[in-house]
Amino acid sequence: MHELGIVFYIIRDVKQAAEENRVEHVSAVVMNIGEVSTVVPEYLTDCWRWAADKEELLRGCELRVNTIPAVSYCDDCQQEYETVRYGRTCPRCGGGHTWLLRGNEVEIKEIIVSS
Amino acid sequence: MDGVKVIEIKKSVFAENEKDAAALREELKRKGVYLLNLMSSPGSGKTTTLIRLINLLKDKIRIAVMEADIDSDVDAVKIKEATGVESIQLHTGGMCHLDAEMTRQGLDNLQLADVDLVILENVGNLVCPAEFDTGAVRNAMILSVPEGDDKPLKYPLMFSVCDLVAVNKTDVLPYFDFDLDRCRENVRLRNPRAQVIPICAKTGEGMEALAGWLLAEVKAWKQE
Repeated sequence: MHELGIVFYIIRDVKQAAEENRVEHVSAVVMNIGEVSTVVPEYLTDCWRWAADKEELLRGCELRVNTIPAVSYCDDCQQEYETVRYGRTCPRCGGGHTWLLRGNEVEIKEIIVSS
Repeated sequence: MDGVKVIEIKKSVFAENEKDAAALREELKRKGVYLLNLMSSPGSGKTTTLIRLINLLKDKIRIAVMEADIDSDVDAVKIKEATGVESIQLHTGGMCHLDAEMTRQGLDNLQLADVDLVILENVGNLVCPAEFDTGAVRNAMILSVPEGDDKPLKYPLMFSVCDLVAVNKTDVLPYFDFDLDRCRENVRLRNPRAQVIPICAKTGEGMEALAGWLLAEVKAWKQE
């Protein structure tokens, strides 16, 4: 639902990076998207196509999504577990003293340009 | 065109907005203006709650309202008519949320020197507005009884960013399978610091408590 807003943010950041590096065309943008970031990769790439093609710098530019698996940590067991499968409850001790270690990322990893 | 070059960026998409939001908060602090970001689903009773809340507070502090919607100005007009306080409409241009830059543009249309409290009524939606820091001092949300007490489990991010959850439409509690204690527990799981205040904007029940919370917040922000 908020993927279009995120796409506008990505475009703004990529434009800035392109300017700093004197790049005239970007052929791909690689994103790290966490499994529990609330971003739906398919929506993101759809919104991207629509918005990116309106920019000279990004015409035809591909958006690649790396999915980052969500991992939580239990303070009581001092061990990690899969967040998507077990949520906030530790599968070992059944406790709730848990926190998200990774999987919430919405970040631009790199851009790929022709040289 | 014989090769490709990879330029590493490694930057959160929200980083710029978070910077803008922090700068806006600092500016509001200097000006002594408290900004409350109010969020909820469509139909939770946000506008009705606001009207009652403003009428309880408007003799004690100076208030202005910014209504964010994808389109129309029905809410801004309604608030102005029912309370007399300044109320402006912001259009998000099809976007499902407001960010710090849009919030700043809205604030530029208000006379901040004459205001203690600005209430931002965000777009009705439990997902997107939670992702974007608007620069508000606090986030609050309204959850209405017909929506169900399991919403904190379904929309964890929204509940984890809110400092206050007003449970609205308590007059219909007898007709819904909504357990106030279970709701409190579900909110606590997402955010142990969040306060839960049951209200009924229609009858006025609980509104004094909500107004008291907000008044204390505004005073503390201006004095700190």
